[in-house]
Amino acid sequence: MLKRVHFRSSWLPYALVAPQILVTLVFFMWPAGQSIYQSFLIEDAFGFSTEFVWFENYTYLLTDSLYFDTVFRTLFFSFSVAFLSLSIALLLAGFVDRIIRGAMFYRTMLIWPYAVAPVIAGALWVFMFDPTLGILTAMLDSFGWHWNHRLNGGEAMALVIIAATWKQISYNFLFLVAAMQAIPKSLIEAAALDGAGPLRRFRTIIFPLIMPTGFFLLVVNVVYAFFETFGIIHVVTGGGPAKATEILVYKAYSDGFIGLDLGGSAAQSTILMIGVVLLTVIQFRYVERQVDYSS
Amino acid sequence: MSHLIIIVGLLVIAFPVWITIVAATHDSVRVTQVPFPLLPGDQFFINLKAMFSSREEAIGGIPVGMMMLNSLVMALMIATGKICISLLSAFAIVYFKFRFRMFFFWMIFVTLMLPVEVRILPTFEVVADLGMLNTYWGLTIPLIASATATFMFRQTFLSIPDELLEAARIDGAGPMRFFFDILLPISRTSIAALFVILFIFGWNQYLWPLLITTEKSMYTIVMGIKSLLETADGEPAWHIIMMTALMAMLPPVIVVLCMQNLFVKGLTETEK
Repeated sequence: MLKRVHFRSSWLPYALVAPQILVTLVFFMWPAGQSIYQSFLIEDAFGFSTEFVWFENYTYLLTDSLYFDTVFRTLFFSFSVAFLSLSIALLLAGFVDRIIRGAMFYRTMLIWPYAVAPVIAGALWVFMFDPTLGILTAMLDSFGWHWNHRLNGGEAMALVIIAATWKQISYNFLFLVAAMQAIPKSLIEAAALDGAGPLRRFRTIIFPLIMPTGFFLLVVNVVYAFFETFGIIHVVTGGGPAKATEILVYKAYSDGFIGLDLGGSAAQSTILMIGVVLLTVIQFRYVERQVDYSS
Repeated sequence: MSHLIIIVGLLVIAFPVWITIVAATHDSVRVTQVPFPLLPGDQFFINLKAMFSSREEAIGGIPVGMMMLNSLVMALMIATGKICISLLSAFAIVYFKFRFRMFFFWMIFVTLMLPVEVRILPTFEVVADLGMLNTYWGLTIPLIASATATFMFRQTFLSIPDELLEAARIDGAGPMRFFFDILLPISRTSIAALFVILFIFGWNQYLWPLLITTEKSMYTIVMGIKSLLETADGEPAWHIIMMTALMAMLPPVIVVLCMQNLFVKGLTETEK
């Protein structure tokens, strides 16, 4: 739907969009362009000489098995976080949807972790799993499991997955509950009258009807795990031990800011940008399709 | 049965924060003893005071009060800035016909695809060239372009009946009069909902402040946690760190709990 009537002014609309466009140009477009340009350059660490090398940074990356390790690690991390946080949220939402009394109270109690910054979430979990004094480490110890995420790469990965999942459950829960409450009650009652038990009703009615929301959340969760978990990883493991928790964003950051490999970091950023574009397209394709359904 | 499972879920989710509270209310000795206490101690106010007055080296040397003030200023500037520029551009895009309208619209849309994480270095260079390192402007302006806010206001404006505009025009109201006297009051729930979400977004920024603040006087509280954890020699002062963590998560959590309905509205409307 678009407006049929408009204001007439030759200069006002430009003045109105100017601040937004200015910020976009200076801090988004220009840096993104710079990033692409830089990805074709090799600069020595002191900035004395720069050489235009076409796709050398890319061929170097794409033939580097360490880079592919990082890609697979990122995918593993992201899908673990998405899968775990969606499943837990689905379980909780499924039960909250069934009860009548106290649903608001439970919602309140479940949504606040959304407001906790990723870094803070990381700090809380790293404290509980501290190898010497963490409360959960002590519990694991009594089962004979000597947890130490500073030495064991698998445990480090598990810890960042747990912290990232914890923070994301609230978000998924909120959307799933909303989706479940949008299902007409008559459908569920009809199924109940026909003798379908709660599990069967969930499997054959509720689950298929919330699939679109689930798919939307999957994309959002993957984007979250790709980018917003930087803080968690930075504070919990710093990418270690031995790069066991280094995901793509972290690598682009540490190669650029710490390793000072500007070209390589820019090439990684450019590849990431392509990734975000693809994910955004998928997300919007989906949203458009959903709009078509409802109209 | 349902209640039981939900309560177990609640307890698991609340557990880390409970431990934070416990750690923040004991002294440094008790916190490092095994087994870890499960009930809060009586050191809350002592730790609180220690945290706010800490200029000692052991605790990082950055006053917590200052970091919280920086976070507050940053969060408010980001939220207000995003809302203002998005309101204006959505107004232009919906209520005016002008050349390049669609071009501008797409340009705003593209910012969605360029999160700060994928353009870290060059954005840092731009900010450095503009001399905005270690300033509030540098902390906030690069983050205030907002495609989602613009889309949301666009949707809100599109749902307002055209008759209002016609009536306003007949009464002789110019565009800006219409904007301030009619559009803004009508959109106030959307604005409030968005403000809640953006405040949390702003308060929780981490990577960006980490890059562009080098002076300790500009550190934000969320970043402060990291530098507390890095306290070089020996074990970090966990009771103070956890107290600081508590302070860092309190403002956004309070905002969510007190403005729950606005928060839910803001979250679900900006994302779709």
